[in-house]
Order: sequence, then C-alpha cells, then structure tokens
Amino acid sequence: MTHVLELKDVSVALEGTVIVRDINLQLPQGMIGCLLGPSGCGKTTLLRAIAGFEKALHGEIKIAGHTVSNQQMCLPVEKRHVGMVFQDYALFPHLTVSENIAFGLGTMSRADKHKRVQELAGMLKIGELLNAYPHRLSGGQQQRVAVARAMAPKPRILLLDEPFASLDVELREEIAREIRLVLKHDGITAILVSHNQYEAFAMADEIGVMRAGQLLQWSTPFELYHQPACAYVADFVGEGVFLQGKVLDSARVETALGVLGGDELHGFAEGSSVSVLIRPDDVIHDDASPTTARVIDKAFRGAGYLYTLALGDGSQVQSLVPSHHRHAQGEMIGIRIEMDHLVAFAA
Amino acid sequence: MDKAPEGALSSLKTGFSNRLPTLGILLLCLLLSVPVLTILASVTNSSDGVWQHLYDTVLGDYVTHSLTLLVGVGLMVLVLGIGPAWLVTMTRFPGSRILEWALVLPLAMPAYIIAYTYTGMLDVGGPLQLWIRETFELRFGEYWFPQIRSLNGAVVMLSLVLYPYVYLLSRMAFIEQSVCVLEVSRTLGATPFQAFTRVAIPLARPAIIAGLSLVLMETLADYGTVQYFGISAFTTGIFRTWFGLGSITAAAQLAAVLMIFILFLILAEHWSRQKARYHHTSNKYTRLPQIELTGWKRAGAMTYCILPVLLGFVIPFVQLSMWAVDTWHLIDKESFLTLFFNSLELASITAVIALLLGLFITYSKRLRPTLATRGMVRILGLGYAIPGTVIAVGVLIPFAWFDNTVDAWMREHFDIATGLLLSGTLVAVVFAYLVRFLPVSLNTLDAGLGKIKPTMDDVGRSMGLKPLQILRRVHVPIMRGSLLTASLLVFVDVLKELPATLILRPFNFNTLAIRTYELANQERLAEASSTALMIVLAGIIPVIILSQTISRSRPGHDART
Repeated sequence: MTHVLELKDVSVALEGTVIVRDINLQLPQGMIGCLLGPSGCGKTTLLRAIAGFEKALHGEIKIAGHTVSNQQMCLPVEKRHVGMVFQDYALFPHLTVSENIAFGLGTMSRADKHKRVQELAGMLKIGELLNAYPHRLSGGQQQRVAVARAMAPKPRILLLDEPFASLDVELREEIAREIRLVLKHDGITAILVSHNQYEAFAMADEIGVMRAGQLLQWSTPFELYHQPACAYVADFVGEGVFLQGKVLDSARVETALGVLGGDELHGFAEGSSVSVLIRPDDVIHDDASPTTARVIDKAFRGAGYLYTLALGDGSQVQSLVPSHHRHAQGEMIGIRIEMDHLVAFAA
Repeated sequence: MDKAPEGALSSLKTGFSNRLPTLGILLLCLLLSVPVLTILASVTNSSDGVWQHLYDTVLGDYVTHSLTLLVGVGLMVLVLGIGPAWLVTMTRFPGSRILEWALVLPLAMPAYIIAYTYTGMLDVGGPLQLWIRETFELRFGEYWFPQIRSLNGAVVMLSLVLYPYVYLLSRMAFIEQSVCVLEVSRTLGATPFQAFTRVAIPLARPAIIAGLSLVLMETLADYGTVQYFGISAFTTGIFRTWFGLGSITAAAQLAAVLMIFILFLILAEHWSRQKARYHHTSNKYTRLPQIELTGWKRAGAMTYCILPVLLGFVIPFVQLSMWAVDTWHLIDKESFLTLFFNSLELASITAVIALLLGLFITYSKRLRPTLATRGMVRILGLGYAIPGTVIAVGVLIPFAWFDNTVDAWMREHFDIATGLLLSGTLVAVVFAYLVRFLPVSLNTLDAGLGKIKPTMDDVGRSMGLKPLQILRRVHVPIMRGSLLTASLLVFVDVLKELPATLILRPFNFNTLAIRTYELANQERLAEASSTALMIVLAGIIPVIILSQTISRSRPGHDART
C-alpha cells in the first residue's frame, strides 16, 4: 500500500515555542484521517505545516512519495499540490461560485475548466449556485463550494481545518457524511482537523488524538473507543469513568463491580493497583443481578437515560439505560457488567 | 431646574417637538447648499460674452491640463500607495514598523508648500543646479535639468503629498482581508505575488478606488500648486476670470464645469464604498503572517517604502527647517504673531462651530434616523468634495446679493447705508470653511456615536439614571476621543486652507497660509519657510490620529505594533 502522507519525527515551532513535537504518522491512498484534540493541542499547526504555511523545525514530510519538507528544504505551499478547506471557507468574494471553483485550474483549456466545474458542482449539489456570489450563499452552501474549489485541481491530498465548526450543530454530522461520500467517490486522500469526536467518527477512517503537541494514538475510530492507548485518550473519546481495581492474575482485575476480564492478558503484575475504564454501554441494567447501585443523577438522552450510579464503596460509574426503564434518584437498581475488552491503566 | 433639561431631552424622542431636530438639519442643509446651488444656477445667467471668450480661448487648455493632472497623479499615487501598503502589511523588513505610520506623513505637507520647497531647491537658482554648474563648470542651458515648474512637476508634487489616501485605504483593506483567502489561493497553486495580484488587489479594489477618488478630488481642488507653476487649470482659471476679466458669472460657470468632474468622483467613491461592504471576507481574524524579507527583496522593499516618505516629507521638511533657521532674523516677530493668532482664531472658531453643529446633527440623526435625516446628513457630507475656489465663488455671490438687498432696503426705508454686512468679513470665511469641513467633523462624530449602542442607554435607564446622567456618565466618556479628534481635524484643515481664504478674507487680514503664498509668489521662498513650517507641524497632528485609529482597527494586530 502506498502512503500519500508520511510524517517522520515532525516538530513545529511558532515564534520560538515548540507547538508540535515528534509526530509520526502515515495515511494510505484514499483514506480519510483526522487530527482530534482540544483547542491548543497543535493540531491546526500540524495541518498548516503539512500544507506548507508553517515551517517544520525538524523531521520529514512526504506527500505522495515526494519529500516536501526536511532539514534541508521546505517546498512553498503552491508547489505541494495540496487542497485546503478553511474553517471560514475563505471564498473569494469578488468571484462567482464557478470562478471560485475554477481558480486553481491554471492553464487548463476553457472547455476542460467548464467540464471540471460542472462535475464538481454535480457531486456537491451546487449546480444552481454557479453564477451566484459568495455573500448570497448560506453557510452550508459556502462550505460545499469551498470543498469543490479545493478538490478542483485534483490535489494529492485534501486538508480540512475544522471544516464543520462554522455550521449549525444539526447540519454538521449530515454534511460530514455527505462530504465523506464525495471524497470516497473520487478516491481522495484527506486529513481533517477537529475538536469534535462525533465529526471525526462520521468522517474519518483513521483518527489521531493529539494533546499538548503530541500524537497519543493513531488508529481506527473503533480501536480508539474500545482500545485506547492511554488514560487521556480513553477519557477524551467517548464517555466513561475509571474504577480503581486490584490485579488478581494475568487476565483478571477485581473492582467494586466484581471481577472483570478473563480472556486476554492485561500485562500488569499480580497485586498491583490499576484504573479500569468503564463505558456507559458496559454497564447493563438488570433487575435480576445481585450487584446493585444507587441512582445519583440521571440525564435524559432521548432513546435512553444516562444514569450516574454510586457503588457500595462510594465510587461512581455511568450506565446508558433505555428510557422506558425509569428510576428515581436515590433508588437502588440491579446492574451487571458486559465488556469485550478489559481496558486498564496503571493507577 | 432639575426637571427642565430631562424633559427637553426626552421630548426629543417623543411628542411633536421631535420635528425640531429634523427641521434644524433641513435648515442647515439648505444654508450650506447655497454655494453649490448658486454655482449651478449660474449656468443660466448671461456673462456678457465672457463665457464665449473663455470657450474660444482657454477652456480647452483648462480641460486638457486638469485631465492630464488627474491621469498623471492618479497613476503615480497608485504606484506610491498600493505597493508600500502591501509590503508593510504583509512583510517584515528593517524599519517596516516605523514606515507603517511614516508613510502617512506626507499628508501633513500641503501641496503648495511642497511645491514651493522643491522649486527653491531645484530651480535654476537653487542649490542643486548651482552645484552642478560649479562642479562641471557649465552655464545654464548647457546641461539638461528637469523643469520643476511644469505640468509634470505639478503631477509629481501633488502625487507626493496625496498618495497617503491610497496608502491608507488600501492598507485598511489589506488588514481587513481574511488571511485564509490569501492562503487558500496559495494551496490552489498561486505564488505569493499571484496571490497579491489575483486576490488581494481585486478584493481591495473598492478601497483603492475610494482612495483614488479622494486624491483626484484634492487634485482638482488644488490651487496653490498650479497657480505657482503657472498652469492654466480650472482653479486658476476661476481666479483669472474673476480678477482678470472681472466676470464673477463666468467664474461661477467655470466652477460649474469643474463640479461635473467632481460629481463623477463623488459617484465613483460612493459606488466603491457600497461595493466594499460585500468584499468583507471574514470575521475570523488570525495573526497576520508577515514574511521576513531577505537579500535583494529586503533592499528593494526598503527602498520602495522609504522613497515616498523621503521625497514627500523628510527632504522638504528638512529644507524648510534649514531655511527657517537661516531667515528667522529677517522675520518681523510682531507681524508673525499676528499671523499666528489670526490663523488660530479662524481655526478655533470653525472647529468649535463644526463640533457643535456636528453634535446636533449626529444626535438628531440618532434619535430619529428617518430616511429624510439620513439623506440630508449625506448631502451635508458631500461638502468635502467641493474645491475651496468653487465654494468661495459660491459664497461671494449670494452674500453680495444679501448685502446689497439689505443696504437698498434700509436706505429706502430708514435712509441708512448698511454697506457690506457679510461680504469681506470673517463670517463669510468661516461659512465657506463650514461647507467644506463640516463633513470631517460629521464623519468622526458619527463613528464615535456608533460605538454607543442603543442598549447602553437602556441599561442606564434601567438602572435609574436620568437622560442627562446617561449623557454625562455614558456618552461623554465614550465620545471624548471623537470630540477631540473632530475638532483637531477641522482645526488643521482650516490652517492649511488657501484658495477660499484668499478670495473671501477681509481686506488686509492675513493668515499663515496666505503669508506663505504671498512670500512664495514674491520669490522669497526661504522667508516663506517659517509660516510653512508652522502649517506642516500642525498637519502632523491628524497624521498621528490616523495612524492610531488604524492600528486599533484590527483585533490582534495592534498587539504587536
């Protein structure tokens, strides 16, 4: 498999402060990657370094097999053949939609330009807007145009900086899925930056969680959720709490919820203390269960209630329960644990 | 006592008396439109063949010379204004921070003063040609030297002091442009230079055209430079027709033709300002990524940005200072003081009246922003476009008519000769100033008042403050800066004004500008330097105000400047 994007030990500094350090990642052809993290974690800086707006302090960046940045050289933005979609879309206000899309088509013949614009307009459903000026478009329309413009010159990789942040919350996931289909249809390799995990899940094949300039884990959304590499990732992605536990043997841990694990080796020494990740969907409401917990708080989530439960020793877990089971605060309810993998970290 | 003002203020908002402010603005509007209406009405009058004479002889020259000035100055200010604006905004090189505001300095230099100064330096008897003759042992005529007192010379002089309008407005546009728009063009394969030509310039075009319109208005309004260089243009033509041919009607008719040019420029400026609103690209202001220039690019950028400041301000300023030191002992200190106080008096009176009228108008508009008030305020705002010469002629005619009518009536009924009541008095001068400079005060106050959101009044009211208390505790503190700025700008504009003062001033009443003009025309350039220097120094004040306003205009940008 060829990698469209390869980063080797990339560090980036802004005005003397190292913002991003020693990033390694690879993105195969046709895949959509996502840099996920809270604001200030350096994800946008890394994206801008890939685009060429910031200079890498050291390390190597390769796009489609060509080195675009290393110790000796740094190719200017316009020579990297990257497409970029900005958070505020940055459409050219003095050009019509079709002129915006055709901006990067350079020396192509007029007929070819027209053909490419039509093709993209069809894919992104903006055919009727081609003669309009950007200030007349809605936010969602502007975004489609911005994506079309970035895709028009068939870039080697498409970079999207918080592409959905300016949209209404209701629209975000819908548009994210739609754009994903367009990118997949065209076989475009892309990498987006987001602080919203649901956007990332809706859009990306591979997600990298970043914190304080470091890449903590680079894997599929499923792995990220179920097999987080560290406590921070476990906490940042999805909901859940950590429960203190004692290692019984090479596969099992004893906690306030009983003995967990069994199939896989967890690698901790017998007798050591660990924190075990308990997701709300691991805790099943079961009136027949001998284990009970007290309802402390509940939040309505439509299809279900998210209960916060206190266990016998005072520690708390969360449980997602279908909303037709209704329990009052203070009530004792029966619960049982159902988990595929034991996720534990040294306490 | 306590009750009365509150009632007065709130009755502005409700009740029948809310028509008063509108009526007041209407009256002001009519009054200040008198000069322009007079000029326009003059078209129908007969000038006893003078107009035909002008048409047959010099009108063609006026038109070609004025057009040549417009084209020449227009092109040159674009080159001097846009490039440096882009360079100091988007790149960094040694001195770029200082140049950011220094590039505005030539605005402090009235065109006629820079013309006098360069003539003194470069003319046949000037130090440069003297040096050439001595060094190469040549005599006059044996070597080539550009003639400064020419049409081309006037183009250069005007461009050197007017380019800051283009610089300022295009710089504002560049600062407001979303950085993302420029970056996106780079990802689409544009080089930095292409990003400038294909994106930044088209986006800034409305701002550039607005700046250019202002420059061209000033070019048409210029009297001092073309008069001194002996160029027959519209403004000089109006003077000559009136003083030389003695026909005020024909002079007014010439002014009417000039107004057609001005009208085009007003429309161009208005259109481009409308357009500029759509060209706002983003509300998200990121740090402007300024590229550090190196090597020949650095040297080139420095030279490009320093030259306009050097030629438009530093060199003439130094020359004026040297002359002022040399000739100080020749100057009659007492008459110098009189000049100084005359100028001070005129400028202060005008500034205060413009401030009061401006406050009245902007507050009335705020209380009742009807279509009518806003329309009238816009009409009042057009005064800045009208050349001083035109206003002066437009003031002279109706004031003379008024004086004559009153005089005749009084003689008839009371046998008293009232003579000249308004003509040739300071009233006429200040009135003319107000037509031209009230817009300056209006714009500043309007912007200041815009910062006070209507909800702020509501907050004050909800906390139990009375209208006057709101005025004192909310409005005045927020407006203080604008009040000061408005008065200063008008003050300095009056100090620099030449043609209207020249035509309308009372007999033997001299100001700094007039004295400078007179001395220069008697070829006593060095002696003219002290008064000229005073005007230039005063002119620096608005430059400082302007640069401060700009550095505050972009959130996150001023932090580093």
